[in-house]
Amino acid sequence: MNYSFWIYLLVMAGITYLIRMIPFVLVKEKIKNRFILSFLHYIPYAVLSVMTIPAIFSSTATTLSAAIGFAVAVLLAYFGGSLLKVAALSSAAVFIVEFIMKYI
Amino acid sequence: MKEINNFFRGITDGLPICVGYISVAFAFGIFATDSGLSVLETLLISMTNVTSAGQLAGVPIITGGGTLIELAVAQFVINLRYALMSVSLSQKIGKSVRMIDRFIIAFVNTDEVFAVASAKEGAVGRNYLYGLILTPFLGWSFGTLLGAAAGNVLPASVVSALGIAIYGMFVAIVIPEAKKDRPTLLCVIMAIALSCVFTYVPVLNSVPSGFAIIICAAAASAVFAFVSPVEVKEGE
Repeated sequence: MNYSFWIYLLVMAGITYLIRMIPFVLVKEKIKNRFILSFLHYIPYAVLSVMTIPAIFSSTATTLSAAIGFAVAVLLAYFGGSLLKVAALSSAAVFIVEFIMKYI
Repeated sequence: MKEINNFFRGITDGLPICVGYISVAFAFGIFATDSGLSVLETLLISMTNVTSAGQLAGVPIITGGGTLIELAVAQFVINLRYALMSVSLSQKIGKSVRMIDRFIIAFVNTDEVFAVASAKEGAVGRNYLYGLILTPFLGWSFGTLLGAAAGNVLPASVVSALGIAIYGMFVAIVIPEAKKDRPTLLCVIMAIALSCVFTYVPVLNSVPSGFAIIICAAAASAVFAFVSPVEVKEGE
């Protein structure tokens, strides 16, 4: 560390908070513009998708286990699985696949 | 617009995020202490930042003796997506949310909290939002502490399996909406295609991932906002 930990912490936390806080505090009016409203409707799903693919395929020890975990997540989500169920069972699938791979 | 403002409904909706966070924060705790931070330092980073990607990028800069500018730019680029989310969430909150509440809720406006609040029918009120952010914040802090203090007792196979948990949650948020609404499905497909381009195509893959996320998501959303604008309800 070149600086005190506390200065690093202050910079890191400060920037992260300001990015979240400033737009949330400043935008007080309801937006009426149809294009902006539509843009804001799509944004959450677009952001989460971009963050998930392709990153999910390198989130575990092997690409194969991640791919199977991903497939399990998509199927469960399609058939209405809750956030918790999807997250837990895709983790379980990864664990099982990696366990089997060790013995074949 | 009808406003959801029940604290306990917030708690109920926040619990799955909390459980997901415990596992992801656990992995972060292991990573940060392995990188050379103390348990207390690792915990403080989680409690003051409450964001996975930014923290993962920040730790090597801190332990590697990086400059403050480098740390600031990395956090700015990786976390800029939250500015978009905060604008979006500002349109979703009800009349019960006061100015002081905005300052507090913004602190825990994470990807998952934002996604769950966005997916609610109608407006979200202050009690609901406080319930929604409470357990994810605690889970994020507690998971970090566990991972930092005791992470190395877990076998690598368990840590690997937990690595996918957060993405599983993202999938669980996107798929139901993409199933229900075709333009959203197409928007998601376009966003994914762009994301792959920015990951694998030479030159483009050198764009910092924080910027790439914003470019891909904003481009896909803008195209579909133009091609399939949503219905605007009067009197809201």
